[in-house]
Amino acid sequence: MSEAQPSEAVDQLREAAVSALNSADSSEKLESWRVDFLGRKGRLTALLRGLGSLEIEERKIVGAAANLLRADLDSLYEEREIQAKSSDLPVGSLDVTLPGRKPALGGLHPSTQMIREITQAFNEMGFQTVEGPEVELEKYNFDMLNIPAGHPARDQWDTIWVDSEKHDDVLLRTHTSPMQARVMESNDPPIRVVVPGKCYRYESTDSTHEWHFNQVEGLAVDEGITFADLKGTLYEFARRIFGQSRKVRFRCDFFPFVEPGVDMSIDWNGRWIEILGAGMVHPRVLENSGYDSNKYTGFAFGMGPERISMLRNEITDIRHFFSNDLRFLTQF
Amino acid sequence: MKVPVSWLSEYVDIDIGLDDLAHRLTMAGNEVGSIDRTGWIENVVVGLVINVRQHPDADRLRLVTVDHGNGEAEVVCGAPNVAEGQKIAYASIGAILQDAYSSEPGKTKKLKRSKIRGVVSDGMVCSVRELGIGDDHEGILVLDDHAEVGTPIGEVLGESVLDIELTPNRPDCLGVLGVARDVAAITGNPLKQPEVDFDALGPDIDTLASVEIEDPDLCLRYTLSVIEGVTIGESPKWLKDRLLAIGERPINNIVDITNFVMFEIGQPLHAFDYDKVADHKIIVRRARSGEKLTTLDSKERKLDPDMLLIADPDHGIGLAGVMGGANSEISESTGTVLLESATFEGVNNRRTARTLELSSQATLRFEKSLRSGLAEVGLRRATKLILEIAGGKAASGIIDVNPSAGQELESVRLESSDIPRVLGVEFDRGVVESTLRALGFDLTGDATGWDVLIPYWRPDISISEDLVEEIARIVGYDNIPTTILSGRPPQWQPQPEMDLRQRVTDLMVQAGMRETINYSATTSEGEARVSLDESVAAQIKLRNPISSDFAVMRRTLREGLLMTVARNSRTWRGPIAIFETGRVFLDYGEGLPEERQMATGAFAGPRNDLHWDLSSDTSDFYDAKGAIEFVLTNLGISPVFEPGVDPTFAVGRTAIVRVPAANDAVIGVVGEISEEVLSQFDAEVDRVALFELDLQSVLEIISGSTPYGGGGKFQEFIRVPASHRDLSLIVKSQSTAGEIVEIARRNRIVASATVFDLFEGKGVPEGKKAVAVRLVYQSPKKTLTAEQIGKIEQQILNQLKKELGAELRA
Repeated sequence: MSEAQPSEAVDQLREAAVSALNSADSSEKLESWRVDFLGRKGRLTALLRGLGSLEIEERKIVGAAANLLRADLDSLYEEREIQAKSSDLPVGSLDVTLPGRKPALGGLHPSTQMIREITQAFNEMGFQTVEGPEVELEKYNFDMLNIPAGHPARDQWDTIWVDSEKHDDVLLRTHTSPMQARVMESNDPPIRVVVPGKCYRYESTDSTHEWHFNQVEGLAVDEGITFADLKGTLYEFARRIFGQSRKVRFRCDFFPFVEPGVDMSIDWNGRWIEILGAGMVHPRVLENSGYDSNKYTGFAFGMGPERISMLRNEITDIRHFFSNDLRFLTQF
Repeated sequence: MKVPVSWLSEYVDIDIGLDDLAHRLTMAGNEVGSIDRTGWIENVVVGLVINVRQHPDADRLRLVTVDHGNGEAEVVCGAPNVAEGQKIAYASIGAILQDAYSSEPGKTKKLKRSKIRGVVSDGMVCSVRELGIGDDHEGILVLDDHAEVGTPIGEVLGESVLDIELTPNRPDCLGVLGVARDVAAITGNPLKQPEVDFDALGPDIDTLASVEIEDPDLCLRYTLSVIEGVTIGESPKWLKDRLLAIGERPINNIVDITNFVMFEIGQPLHAFDYDKVADHKIIVRRARSGEKLTTLDSKERKLDPDMLLIADPDHGIGLAGVMGGANSEISESTGTVLLESATFEGVNNRRTARTLELSSQATLRFEKSLRSGLAEVGLRRATKLILEIAGGKAASGIIDVNPSAGQELESVRLESSDIPRVLGVEFDRGVVESTLRALGFDLTGDATGWDVLIPYWRPDISISEDLVEEIARIVGYDNIPTTILSGRPPQWQPQPEMDLRQRVTDLMVQAGMRETINYSATTSEGEARVSLDESVAAQIKLRNPISSDFAVMRRTLREGLLMTVARNSRTWRGPIAIFETGRVFLDYGEGLPEERQMATGAFAGPRNDLHWDLSSDTSDFYDAKGAIEFVLTNLGISPVFEPGVDPTFAVGRTAIVRVPAANDAVIGVVGEISEEVLSQFDAEVDRVALFELDLQSVLEIISGSTPYGGGGKFQEFIRVPASHRDLSLIVKSQSTAGEIVEIARRNRIVASATVFDLFEGKGVPEGKKAVAVRLVYQSPKKTLTAEQIGKIEQQILNQLKKELGAELRA
């Protein structure tokens, strides 16, 4: 301060005083501020004492400025003192910054969350959720779905088989689609179901492939169901899960149990990402389940909840889902 | 399938951009995974060699002056074939070329100015390998004379290759012509069919060869031509380039032609050396048991009678539709070619290839059950090309043994009503007809629809829905409207098992636990760690598990959950409170296994996160018990907990969960894991408390109640005030809270009895403990007086003394 010009010194002191006052958040701090700046041995007094060494003209100017500063600081102090008194806490007040006793935090696995979100979207469109066996017969997993033995289409589903002396036709279901046949076999139309559940593939695992994963299947069969209904239903689903303005694309694809076949993709940051496979139920699948394919039509679809979750939550490795690391699970 | 655009353009004009083409093919079902552009290298142009001199200091090097259109450059070159007047590919400094000397494929190297044996080389004359368009590095690539000096090399050599991810129903697109048909239909441009007619100037084929099919179920058609007097040699450049562009290695002109035709129209062919076929007679038969054949890859194959063999009267000469035999291979000395184009049955062909682990390009096509019409087209196309390229004379006529004649579906009926029935939209007749015709379908229309002939290249078409898809995919799925489902809603059907599992899952979450989903498979040894009860059903074993870690299906959730606890105990310092609701798989030997729903929870580590006021004690039995009580109470079940024994759990720290109101049914267990079991899980915690609920048993108890547990009848609550008094008792150490509460509650005036303090130690005699109990007294009729309460209290004390030896604490 000694090196500053006297008039600048007044400005600097004002700045310091105002800033210190703003951070004086208790009665004690306020009092020490008062002593520091306005007290008999305070910094303002010291400044005024220094005036003696100045030229008379300058002394007048600086003196007036210093007095003005004192008046301002006095009134700021009073204002602040009233504030402080009114907000001072009574003795024995709570430390409100201590953490509360929070109830233990449970949570659903991210796959379950996704499955419920998907099934709920379809439930509200009249599809009921049902479940089926994971250890399944070849008949339901393949044959009835128009995937005969020895057919190259089976390559799309590398299969884990059950080792049994009695049966060689038992496998771990490779998709939730066998429930299409099971539901049709034991129910008359109309049918609208969604089927979540675990599936298994003989597939080596890496960051985007798991041998063990979930799928959600859907099936609607009745008189008069068309491809346009398929598009409308799946559009509605995509809008619910991915947002109202999401761009959705339907393109031709092949699955043996549908005809025509569909791949539905969504626009994800300028790239088309396949979300589900779908199509009109193949007439042979209807016939295999005892339905008259001239009378009834339907559509089916299937998707992977883990894949959708990976996309939406930017999860980079599918293996996180079944490693159950709490550092992963507690993020959802 | 790799489809070079230059090849594709032979059959159809492509007047749209490549990205647009790729998009439209993708939308129509042929997904273009990528467009690979080769030969487009910056800083490489067509150059003219204007002077070649010897390098002053190296015998094998030369100094080459190249005119590159923008001046001249002097380049040091080691290629033996460089000569004045050649058009070559000149790379200037900075060009990024394939590293010809790296063993790592695809490795590139940036060209720098360098001194070679004292002479500065200002660029490079490139080999095929350096340009990344082939393997040859013997010498430099010599370009066509017409190439203009200074032209970027991409314009001369560049190729764009569509990498199409084919679906298994479209073997026609395993030929470039098949993809061209889709392009023609998409763009509306006409298809240019390859030529198949040839002049047959040789003798009648029946005088030269014969064919006999012994197993017509496996060989649906066999066609054959004979070309005499061929000259075996290198293929012309255009043919080699076609094969190189799709990654196939040229071999000799005959073999290259059979490969070319396969990749052109999708029909696999095989050429035999006519003179090596005994009696010039082909016999198509099953292999004999133990018969052997050495295939073209020089491997001896052991055959079985399920494999179809091409044989001459002496022995096998080829594995039908999989790979030819070495004994009848085309060689430099071959003078006459016996050309086979056949249709083999798909399932059998695939089985043979799989058994021998010999997947070939031929099998990739035959396994998709080709139509027999393709065989003849393939034969004629290849015969024509052989005559053009290898010379010779074709025999008159072809041999055509066609046991499947008349057995294939010839046409499909498409009713016009099929289109709105499936798609929900009608199309003009004109649109339907022009779309199908553009794809190559011949059709005849009538008042209600069309008879559509199935083209020989489309084995995937067999029902009207297949044709509906053809129309939809070419018109575009985008052009089909969207509607919402109308019509009757289906009847709701109860799903009690699923509802209960969801309800229990939600309750566990409410109880502060985190859901986990563990693998459904494990190992026998792993599962043995939890010492399952011996009465549990057999394990489901997997024939081809994904790894030895997942060899059997789980019969318990305990092991998976303990592994998850153990894994987390090494990285997670807070409370571990986790559960799983899932299926276990129990094999009773009949039909499919039982998939039983279980719910299992585990607690380990501190009870709470570090906190100024909450206990960080280690979780124990009572955390697990609390959770199970919470779940069951919410389901409307009142359980009792009795000391029990279960091999997973520590003796004396385990309870069986029983429901008195349901015939004492046992529905679960809760306890602390025994040290012996826990020590096998490598957990960094000393104690794990675990509970298990058998949801099937729970379901049997609560059947009839709602998913939210509220099954009981409403009871009017008592409005008379209650009073409470506390008792401080001294009882034997082994007396239980349950006993005290039960005795107290025998009196109907006692509304509740709650143990709220326990103490053993100083001031309490050895072998005894102090128990504080709060009793709440309430009469439904009137407020009780102090005197009345005192009387009841005394009765209770007397009973406690009589049965448990309890004393009031002084």
